[in-house]
Amino acid sequence: MNTALVMEHVLNGFQLGMLLFLLAAGLTLILGIMDFVNLAHGSLYMVGAFFAATFTKLTGNFGLGILLAVPAVLLVGLVVEIVALRTLYARNHLDQVLATFGLVLFFNELVQIIWGPQGLVIPFPSAFDFTVTLPGGITYPAYRLLIIGMGFVVAFGLYLLVGRTRLGMLIRAGASNRDMVGALGVDIKLLFTFVFGIGAVLAGLAGMLYLPIGGAYIGMGELILINALVVIVIGGIGSIRGAFIASIIMGLIDALGRAFLEDFLNFFMTEGAAETAGPALSAMSVYILMAAILVFRPQGLFPPRSR
Amino acid sequence: MMAGIMRHIVSVRGIVIVALLLYLLFLPYYASAFYINVFTRILIWAIAGISLNLILGYGGMISFGHAAYLGVAAYTVLAFAEQGIYLGWVQWPVAIILAGVVSAFIGTLCLRTRGLHFIMITLAFTQMLFFFFRSLDRFRGDDGLRIKKRSEFDFGWFELDLMDRLTFYYLVFAILLVALLFVFRLVNSRFGAVLRGSMSNDVRMQAIGVSTYGYRLTAFVIAGMMCGVAGLLMANMERFVSPAVLSWTVSGDLIFIVVLGGSGRLFGPVFGALVFFLLIEFLGDITIHWQLIMGPFLVLVVLFARTGIDGALNGLDHKLRVRFGRGQSGDEEMSS
Amino acid sequence: MTSPALQSDALLAARKLDVRFGGVVAADQLDIDVYPGEIHAVIGPNGAGKTTMINLLSGQIKPDNGKIVFDGAEISRLSPARRSQRGIARSFQITSIFKEMSALANIAMAVQAQDGHSFRFWRPVGADDKLLGPAQAILEQFGLGERAEILAGNLAHGEQRQLEIAMALATQPRLLLLDEPMAGMGSQDSARMVEILASLKDNYAMLLVEHDMDAVFALADRITVLVYGRAIATGSPAEIRDDKNVRDAYLGEDGAN
Repeated sequence: MNTALVMEHVLNGFQLGMLLFLLAAGLTLILGIMDFVNLAHGSLYMVGAFFAATFTKLTGNFGLGILLAVPAVLLVGLVVEIVALRTLYARNHLDQVLATFGLVLFFNELVQIIWGPQGLVIPFPSAFDFTVTLPGGITYPAYRLLIIGMGFVVAFGLYLLVGRTRLGMLIRAGASNRDMVGALGVDIKLLFTFVFGIGAVLAGLAGMLYLPIGGAYIGMGELILINALVVIVIGGIGSIRGAFIASIIMGLIDALGRAFLEDFLNFFMTEGAAETAGPALSAMSVYILMAAILVFRPQGLFPPRSR
Repeated sequence: MMAGIMRHIVSVRGIVIVALLLYLLFLPYYASAFYINVFTRILIWAIAGISLNLILGYGGMISFGHAAYLGVAAYTVLAFAEQGIYLGWVQWPVAIILAGVVSAFIGTLCLRTRGLHFIMITLAFTQMLFFFFRSLDRFRGDDGLRIKKRSEFDFGWFELDLMDRLTFYYLVFAILLVALLFVFRLVNSRFGAVLRGSMSNDVRMQAIGVSTYGYRLTAFVIAGMMCGVAGLLMANMERFVSPAVLSWTVSGDLIFIVVLGGSGRLFGPVFGALVFFLLIEFLGDITIHWQLIMGPFLVLVVLFARTGIDGALNGLDHKLRVRFGRGQSGDEEMSS
Repeated sequence: MTSPALQSDALLAARKLDVRFGGVVAADQLDIDVYPGEIHAVIGPNGAGKTTMINLLSGQIKPDNGKIVFDGAEISRLSPARRSQRGIARSFQITSIFKEMSALANIAMAVQAQDGHSFRFWRPVGADDKLLGPAQAILEQFGLGERAEILAGNLAHGEQRQLEIAMALATQPRLLLLDEPMAGMGSQDSARMVEILASLKDNYAMLLVEHDMDAVFALADRITVLVYGRAIATGSPAEIRDDKNVRDAYLGEDGAN
């Protein structure tokens, strides 16, 4: 086990964490400000990937594909918000969970009708098809570095937006006291739609960035959505900072667990037992972490109220 | 007492329920083998729904991970079958107890939280089990495994042959009735009163001197074990177990069954399971893209049919009673 | 003001309670006593920490510092349920009842809470005379006997407030903590509530937080004035009426009516 190999998996963990963060950031904002659970957030991730695949095929250029797919996802997100979700804000969480669960079924089927059951893949964008040699002599794919960089850029952008602008002030106020924002004379509906739009674009973007690595397929948004929910719980509902840190923790645990847990267990048990327990444990590890955090901090690492 | 029962039966809701139970009782006389299987499956889901209704409908605990207990029990049956052990006396109690142990573990942690956290954490724990079972090569991971034969119950003087379609159907039907009776008594007992009280107003419950955690946890474990019964029946029914049995959509379907039928209403999950699966059968005949209709249907149910089927029947009865001048006796149902 | 020593004949004695929410001081070295058989009223402007005080005494909030003694035993760290079991009952400023249950079921729930554990899974509460008998009697006492089968959420506002007090009594307490029992009531309902509280006076000690000054001066044996989480004065109604500090701080404008 050498340093370069460990570093490579650490970077993999970051890359996974950043995709998670793009999804979790929107989800936690929507939850924090609107008190709304949106399971269909994962569907926007999926739709984003499919749009990007289609537009890339049409234009022959991945960058152009993304550029076209972003407004398309935004449009889908806004339509869903205005048509279906708006009426659900005032409802209880059970209603929200159930109705957006229905939307997930609907989107899966709709995508299947439009794009077929096989899913789509695109050729790897040639512009990013090279590796970078990092300090320490590690070579790493440029595209994965791009994802990591993108995650940091978005995190920084959201930090500025939420922490430094009037809009951000309203978002923060909305997270702790919804009535107050209304009392300030702000059109709360518009604010919600705007926040939802940001969330939709980020989720879609995550799907687009994933596209060259894993393709677009039906149901791709569900697993990552549930992991994003775990991230939010760990990070503290409504907290961007919490979502960022928890995403990275989750990404690292997942990547390192997959890579090394089996070797690690070999120290303690027979090879056969480690071979069985390794994959099982690494698949469960993020949830075990969540359970542990819950025991000590039921409100998550960074509950927004104490901000 | 008798008059009260009579009043319940002589109502649209009462007539529908009695007719439904009679229909199910005599099902083999008019249903094909295929439909007997369909109905067996529906009744098993109804049992799972009844168990979820106990905590969701009467205790306000929105578990989005109820499929976990289906899965634990189903895999227990599979594990015994893989060892060549088909004895029901061994398989069933162990399956139910394991479902109880897992629900006790999950409940102990999850019930520390409320509301949204509770929903997500129950979901996450079930995902954890999903990945656990998926990673087990012994059970062929994602692909799952077949079970050679159903559980064996040999009483010496007679043998319960579950491989026989009718025997199995009637066993499931009987278990459904027992589950209904059990939940009926439970929610109306002192224990049930505390459970309903904690759903209605937990702060008030504490203020009159009841610490509700233990009661809620007990209900959670009872529901887990009941769901385990459904899980072991499911494994027997399909004679096949794969991680799909505890996928998150199964948990979602279970919530939908409860809400569609009428959450917090005894017969709700039975109505819910029937309508849910018959609708799937029906839509599936029309188009392979039935989820395109099912999804929006679900949204519409949430938006416009909040009391579910059982609640709608009850509301209809109330209207009839008011119209035909017997409204005075129905005071306690004024607001429902 | 130095804290008086803990007196053994007080039913409830709280000493030097501190609570902060973020930067806001909600209780500041707060002392309060309630003696058996007295109605001790607490008044003060909005935001003075009156509800916080009730929450501290009933256990919904734990103090940062200080100690609470009830009936000779320290209860500062006990849960609300535990304190209720020891004989402290409370009402809430915003009516807190089981809205989906009948009035009778509300009271029966409180009776049940006093009757040992509830791990009894089979016998229906709806036919349990051990619960329904006492519950009906308490409803009659409050003049709600006729309304037993009505859903609590469908009762009139005044009736709901009475039901809440009745529920508190059903737990057989020794001390009642009442958080604005007259809130939102018309004059007729208020008068009825004053009558009820006066009739309970012989059997229960009461700590009464209330904005209705007529009611306070009609009922209270002693009054404490709370400002910014501090007790600035305690004394008989006459003493409080004449206290210059109190007039300046509080009674000045709004106690004159």
